Amino acid sequence: MTLFAVTVIGNDRPGIIADTTAALARLGGNLEDSTMTILRGHFAMVLLVSADAARSDVESGLSPLEDDGTLLVSVREVPQEYDVAAPGAPYLLSVHGADRPGIVSAITAEVAGAGGNVTDLSTRLTGDLYVLLAEVDLPGSADVEGLSRRLREVADGLGVDVSLRPVDSDLM
Amino acid sequence: MSLLPPLPEGQVLAIVRAPERGLSTRSAEVDPRDPAVAQLAADLLATQRGAAGCVGLAAPQVGVGLRVFSLDVTGHPKARACHGALVLANPVIVTASRWERGREGCLSVPDLTGDVKRATRLLVSGSLPGSGAPVTVETDAFEARALQHEIDHLDGLLFLDRVAGAHAVHARKVYL
Repeated sequence: MTLFAVTVIGNDRPGIIADTTAALARLGGNLEDSTMTILRGHFAMVLLVSADAARSDVESGLSPLEDDGTLLVSVREVPQEYDVAAPGAPYLLSVHGADRPGIVSAITAEVAGAGGNVTDLSTRLTGDLYVLLAEVDLPGSADVEGLSRRLREVADGLGVDVSLRPVDSDLM
Repeated sequence: MSLLPPLPEGQVLAIVRAPERGLSTRSAEVDPRDPAVAQLAADLLATQRGAAGCVGLAAPQVGVGLRVFSLDVTGHPKARACHGALVLANPVIVTASRWERGREGCLSVPDLTGDVKRATRLLVSGSLPGSGAPVTVETDAFEARALQHEIDHLDGLLFLDRVAGAHAVHARKVYL
């Protein structure tokens, strides 16, 4: 079994997922984790699929998707498992304000500097309003107060609002 | 009235995990006076107490398709009203209001958590295992959330059936 990372990007229309997964099913592929969203009308999907197939087989199986020129497909072989970082405490980082270049880089630089690992991120620009939401794992050793303070300083400099709050889950 | 009737000694049972089909099946009503139901309630409570961080356990989670669960949110930081350890048979939600979103996990879905809207004001009726006495539980906050989670199990529902969006399921972080 080989694990492939398949990305499909392009002009959104109904049926892209059905077409993509039908082609993968014909190859005997098994979908593992996947994510898909629409970014400004662009369909964007990443799938991890395990298959007893060569990369060229997967590529040729998916090539009809590219026939009309609106979709771009890539297939890469990836390791079965990476060493994952030790899990930290989960936090939700929220930023919103007037759009300007550099918000994401300035904010995430502070997170990285504190040893924080972004595990989920989405940003949206609507009109002039820019919104960033990220789930961040902070290591037990992180100075959360200090990170919050630095994030506020950076946000003040950018003229945006920021909040960092724990997202604890409860076991029922 | 106490919601913890006299029960026989409970045994710790094995917890079943999704995709076990029994977790997706509606459980059957019980005769709450049946001694086997009191034993089941005792076993649920014993099993729950043996699982770190677990505040409730429903019979389908130990492979039994009957409408019985145990609950104890004592000491939980998000609990306001707290009835201590309780067991209930044939529970019914009478009223539910003030819905709030929260992230919850489940022993039967150990690797995931999900954002689920639950009522934070809740009235539940049911019967005490053993005596069969009818009881009501009026509660709020975390105890209300936990009650709804357990009653969902009796209806064959997991938190996965109630998550608030396509990106509302997360890898569970076991952080010590």
